[in-house]
Amino acid sequence: MESETQSPLVVEMRGIVKRFPGVLANDHVDFDLRKGEIHALLGENGAGKSTLMNVLAGLYHQDAGSVLINGQLVSLSSPRDAIKHGVGMIHQHFMLVPSQTVTENILLGLDEPRFLLRLSEYDRKVEELGEHYGLKVDPRAKIWQLSVGEQQRVEILKMLYRGAQVLIMDEPTAVLAPQEIDGLFHTLRSMVASGKSIIFISHKLQEVMAIADRVSVLRKGKVTAAGIKKADITRQDLAKMMVGRDVLFKVDKKVQEPGKVVLSVENLQAENDKGLPALRGVSFQVRTGEVVGLAGVAGNGQGELSQVITGLRSSTGGKISLDGEDVTNRPALSAIRHGVSYVPEDRTHVGTAPNLDITDNVIMKKYRQPPISRGWTLDSAEAVRYANELKESYEIVVPSVKTSVRLLSGGNLQRVILAREISGQPSLMVAVQPTRGLDVGAIEGVHRLLMAQREAGAAILLISEELEELLSLSDRILVIYEGRIMGEIVGNAEDQATIDAIGLMMTGTPFEKIGKGTE
Amino acid sequence: MADVQPSPAPAKRWALPFNIRVEPRLTEPPRWYPLFTSFLAVVIALIIGGVIIAFVGGNPFASYAHIARASLGSVGVFSDTLVKATPLILVSLAASVAFRMKLWNIGAEGQFFLGAFGASAVVLIPLLPETASRWLFIPLCMLAGILMGALWGFIPGFLKAKYNVNEIISSLMMNYIAVQWNNYFIYAIWTEGGFQMSKVFTKNAWLPRLTDLSASIPWLRGLTVHLGFIFAVIAAVLVWYILFRSRWGYEIRLIGDNPQAARYAGINITRNIILVMMLSGGLAGLAGMSEITGVVHRLQGAISPGFGFTGIIIAWLSKLNPLVVVPVSILFGALILAGREIQPSGIPKMIQGIILVCLIASDFLLRYRVVIAKRGEEA
Repeated sequence: MESETQSPLVVEMRGIVKRFPGVLANDHVDFDLRKGEIHALLGENGAGKSTLMNVLAGLYHQDAGSVLINGQLVSLSSPRDAIKHGVGMIHQHFMLVPSQTVTENILLGLDEPRFLLRLSEYDRKVEELGEHYGLKVDPRAKIWQLSVGEQQRVEILKMLYRGAQVLIMDEPTAVLAPQEIDGLFHTLRSMVASGKSIIFISHKLQEVMAIADRVSVLRKGKVTAAGIKKADITRQDLAKMMVGRDVLFKVDKKVQEPGKVVLSVENLQAENDKGLPALRGVSFQVRTGEVVGLAGVAGNGQGELSQVITGLRSSTGGKISLDGEDVTNRPALSAIRHGVSYVPEDRTHVGTAPNLDITDNVIMKKYRQPPISRGWTLDSAEAVRYANELKESYEIVVPSVKTSVRLLSGGNLQRVILAREISGQPSLMVAVQPTRGLDVGAIEGVHRLLMAQREAGAAILLISEELEELLSLSDRILVIYEGRIMGEIVGNAEDQATIDAIGLMMTGTPFEKIGKGTE
Repeated sequence: MADVQPSPAPAKRWALPFNIRVEPRLTEPPRWYPLFTSFLAVVIALIIGGVIIAFVGGNPFASYAHIARASLGSVGVFSDTLVKATPLILVSLAASVAFRMKLWNIGAEGQFFLGAFGASAVVLIPLLPETASRWLFIPLCMLAGILMGALWGFIPGFLKAKYNVNEIISSLMMNYIAVQWNNYFIYAIWTEGGFQMSKVFTKNAWLPRLTDLSASIPWLRGLTVHLGFIFAVIAAVLVWYILFRSRWGYEIRLIGDNPQAARYAGINITRNIILVMMLSGGLAGLAGMSEITGVVHRLQGAISPGFGFTGIIIAWLSKLNPLVVVPVSILFGALILAGREIQPSGIPKMIQGIILVCLIASDFLLRYRVVIAKRGEEA
């Protein structure tokens, strides 16, 4: 550790100010990075982490402040500028061309080769580079054939190929399965060992504690902790600096017996948008007063399952019953009439009508019934009253309910959706990633709302990629992999063995096999 | 933080004492603001038009004064303006309703022709004897016009809903069929002495005009504005009420803004596509009925100088608001009427075009804010 304090500064950012309309995203932020270290940048969504790093990567230009790379003052006006200075950023959403090979993607946008493309020569170079850093990936594979973890490796290789000395990783673990995260951490460590420096952006405390040498915390555009050594701080302290108050890591979950079966799914099959099988025989039940968590890496059929249950996608086989009534392949209206509420994953494209106002958005499932409906007309005064009521009780922060929802922040948008879905007193609630993209404070609020629904006797199917969220909220956890349920974890044992088991199931090992393997 | 260095200012090629920045709006502009920007856009358009008129050697003030006089200058010409505005209001409503749901019905022209055909059929088949009362003729003609227009809207609507046929192409093509359909009847079936037109309708099938009352109220003599204008205004209010105060209108707006959200809310989109295309077609059909029984009084070719297409422009200018459609249509009626006074084509068309461009450009101000700040203040 001592040698690290002496290693030279590769990046120094001083007094960075970046303003967006109505928001001060970075307020005189200082940040530095030493050679051969992993410096974690921690903060809630909207704290200004990505903004700061986009300044360093040349995507934004700061309004004030200066950036020094290797002790030299630089003005970065494009990512190309940044990479010239050895700074490369790996974005959360990969910027790869699916139909092209790994090598082609890596060469994309470079000046070399100039005209003739002798791919095999570059394939070899890419392969060598990969071996050097322990980033194994077939240079001739097409991007669409690769797993998310492999695609991420391609992104890293892309930056290394361009000569990056400083790598900025924007929430790199968000898309990975637990085992893949281990692999990533291994790669990161081997890269710093060979002299690269890494900035690791995250809002997940446990990952930061696992990988970082030093930690900086941003809150509301300001630095609340600057380059503290990991050894000098606890997880609780970090959380406090991140949100400005103590966070409840435990959710208040009352002990209660689940009641009768509300949702029953038997051998359900369905196809995805491309016509490929997404669900291959899924069976489970959800009872009143219980939360059933569905864990899985994105794209293993969770989205399709929620759509089939809510009537937005037709199934190709199997059976769905609500309250004992067969509702297989009934229209969405039938699910609504059965009291099924749905918090969709894609809030802007599915959950709301962006150009309509809050009132029009909250009555989406109520406009058919009195008092908002009066025969064929709508009682707009009643609708506005109802919207105001929800605005108060769900703390939607807007000047008026006449505001278009496209102007709302992520947290407020999610509150609008939750307000609408919960206020109908659902018998079954299907919540997909209800806390994605929200900050810690808002997440807590959503968790409390879900727990209140559980106590009120709703059956809840919680689909999430946040293992911690599933573990703390669910009564049972099902794990889905490639459209099949791999197994079920009952109770809320939060020991390492449980987490490992879920991780293994998420990557395709059935529950029964785990037992045999470990025993 | 005392040692913070000022960031190197980006090089400026030219320097004003203030900075102009454009920022996206993060809050809703006040309610009067859209009206203000539209008004500003029309004023700017007239100034640009004036400059061009002056450039070609005309006197812009005299030209504008002439346009105003020729369309709004007296009760007589204003009545003519309203006559021109009547079909425009109805076809613009037809376009507005469909566009609200992002259904691009550009077949209002054809639906207008079929509406005219439907009304004519009542008189010419004849479905009613010539001596029947006008209070029988008018509702029956209306019904026939609306139904034929709705049928012409139903076809592309059904194809869209069931087979996902692009309604832009199908509704456009239906226009040509409609014109030829009418031509067949005026050439072959209802031709009057070899001319390509039908005989004049019986007086009982005419929509009453103000001039018809001149026997008792002399100053109404020569005023050609007819009952169709009242239909148009009622239709505007009705369409507004449907869109903004009814369950169906809510569904239309929801589908228009986000069809996925509408599906999620349990709305049957297929049925709504067909119904809205029929409503849209019915309104355009009513326009055709009103024009044929209120103005032309016989079925003939060339009954529309492109009303269906002008209606698309008016609908957009009115921001698809049915109540705004009425004044905008009157403005366009005035431009069409006065345009002929100063030049058969050219300048009036040009002014229409400039107004359209300015109004579309003014939308920018609704989405963005222009901030003018003195230099050095913003850091």
